[in-house]
Amino acid sequence: MERTVLDLWVGVFVAAGIAALMVLALKVGNASTTFNMGETYRLTADFDNIGGLKVRAPVKSAGVVVGRVDDIQFDNERFKARVVMKIDRRYQFPKDTAVSILTSGLLGEQYVGLDAGGDSATLKDGETFKITQGAVVLEKLISQFLYNRAAEGGAK
Amino acid sequence: MENLVEVKDVSFTYDVRPVLQRINMTVPRGKVVTIMGLSGCGKTTLLRLIAGWLKPTAGEVRVAGRATHELTHDEIYEMRRKMGMLFQFGALFTDMSVFDNVAFPLREHTGLPESMIRDLVMMKLHAVGLRGVHRRMPAELSGGMQRRVALARAIALDPLLIMYDEPFTALDPISFSAIGHVIRRLNDTLGATSIVVTHDVQETLPIVDYVYFMSDGAVVAQGTPDDIRNSREPFVHQFVWGEIDGPMAFHYPGAPYREELRLEPAHG
Amino acid sequence: MVERAVRGLRVVGHRVVNSVWRLGYASRFFSLTLLKSATSFRRFHLTIKEIYFTGVLSLIIIIVSGLFVGMVLGLQGYETLQKYGSAEAVGTLVALSLTRELGPVVAALLFASRAGSAMTAEIGLMKATEQIAAMEMMAVDPIARVIGPRFWGGVISMPLLAAMFSAVGVFGGYLITVVLIGVDEGAFWSQMQNAVDFRQDIVNGVIKSVVFGVAVTAIALFEGYDAPPTAEGVSGATTRTVVTSSLAILGLDFVLTAFMFRGA
Repeated sequence: MERTVLDLWVGVFVAAGIAALMVLALKVGNASTTFNMGETYRLTADFDNIGGLKVRAPVKSAGVVVGRVDDIQFDNERFKARVVMKIDRRYQFPKDTAVSILTSGLLGEQYVGLDAGGDSATLKDGETFKITQGAVVLEKLISQFLYNRAAEGGAK
Repeated sequence: MENLVEVKDVSFTYDVRPVLQRINMTVPRGKVVTIMGLSGCGKTTLLRLIAGWLKPTAGEVRVAGRATHELTHDEIYEMRRKMGMLFQFGALFTDMSVFDNVAFPLREHTGLPESMIRDLVMMKLHAVGLRGVHRRMPAELSGGMQRRVALARAIALDPLLIMYDEPFTALDPISFSAIGHVIRRLNDTLGATSIVVTHDVQETLPIVDYVYFMSDGAVVAQGTPDDIRNSREPFVHQFVWGEIDGPMAFHYPGAPYREELRLEPAHG
Repeated sequence: MVERAVRGLRVVGHRVVNSVWRLGYASRFFSLTLLKSATSFRRFHLTIKEIYFTGVLSLIIIIVSGLFVGMVLGLQGYETLQKYGSAEAVGTLVALSLTRELGPVVAALLFASRAGSAMTAEIGLMKATEQIAAMEMMAVDPIARVIGPRFWGGVISMPLLAAMFSAVGVFGGYLITVVLIGVDEGAFWSQMQNAVDFRQDIVNGVIKSVVFGVAVTAIALFEGYDAPPTAEGVSGATTRTVVTSSLAILGLDFVLTAFMFRGA
């Protein structure tokens, strides 16, 4: 076969392969959000229990993704979970913002929810959220419920 | 330097099987020398030793005065550029056209501009009488034509030494004499030296200058074609005149015939 | 009795020595191929030609298979997920199975049987018809000239083919579930994008396909180069290429998966 025809076909092939990779990265995967985040700053929060939260889980405020979980560690002095989040530079949060670990849907993935407070001072890079609410553990909820019922019965 | 190739006391063992035993041979410059013998007597091994492909177990092979087993890989490649080899069935590259086949060594080794390569290829194809088929693929040619193309490829770099490995196998009589004619003419016009490995005695004798006879890895007879024709040596006589029985038995050694056919009870 | 045991042990020993020897020979062949790959890049048109034979000519089978695999995943996934009321998650299922596993693995299996076997047969026949020997005699190194470009052609083609397989597969899943069954399009894509991580899933899938490409091409070329120069030799080598490389793909896939997705 002529070398030019061959080159053309191989060119088409390589271009199609790279296009497929781009489609996978941008349309199928989350590369678009990962790359779009651009400048970020880090905030930390300590939780009693993080449930099934994972690294790279979304951080949402009012349902909008504003950042991602960057690192999860165990604080061996206070026996708490320390979650480091990367937040988009465009968004600032007041000092008294409440952080909680929530679940999307009944059995969905867990994510970090931010409820902005009324403080005029905002959190800076490396600072820590003060008000936190850990993940809801189903077993604890049920035992608490049963305990309350038993207490009510005893009062009667 | 009178002799281009000198084989001195060469033995070669493949694994533990001895293939060549104390071979002595000289190939003078400008001559066509043929090595004859039955299939499997080590002729092809000998060619590979000369090409530096294999290293002799004992003895030495000298090509243009240099012992091949002392050469480095690069020096052997350097030496092979001055050699051409025609393989038994041509060994043309089946995925390339006739033109590209002949151009292959030129493109690999010379870096000449494409226009000059074209001229050279046409000259080489003309020398073997096949300028007209340069566009075709090897599969579209007859066996004899394939071998002539392979010959054009082997002489593309104007080698000092051309080796032919069974050039006449499975050819029709016309291709046969065409190849023989070409071998002689190329040798004389290129000023090259040729080694022809073959077992076709009658057809080869007229075109060669000197003959070596090999049997079981050893040289058993040598001489000019006339010496060979008049030889009284039983082996040579049998070979030259194609007699069925002689020192070379027709039957490969085996169990006695009657026993093999169970005509008499086996021993024990 | 003892004699028989000794003979049996000798057979076992012979087999072991043989396979170790072959393994060593294969490693040597592989490292020579890598060492001599300068030619493949200096004269890149040689490699381009091989990308054509291994990549472009495998396109049709890859695209058609990818489409069907994606459509089947869509159907099966929908069938199961709708029982739990989460039919929208079918996009996640299709995309994750394709990018993590099926894309690289199935594309590599197809590549082994389409391009790998052809490569083995070609090299085996080149050897049987003394073309390799002729090249060596013309002072052209066959490993640099014949093996190298084929190796790099295969290694370059494989990840591209796998990516196309996955992309076409996701499209096939989309066709079945969104266009045909009527799953919500927005949920299909957004759930998929939430679940499929670029580094974790897509990059790892590409790494897998590169590893498979190296394995399949190296096996195919070695089998061809090592094939006995007879008709049975070449056909046996071709079969061995497909069997060995399929096993290698599945084995390597397990090892890579264990390393990549451990605990995450």
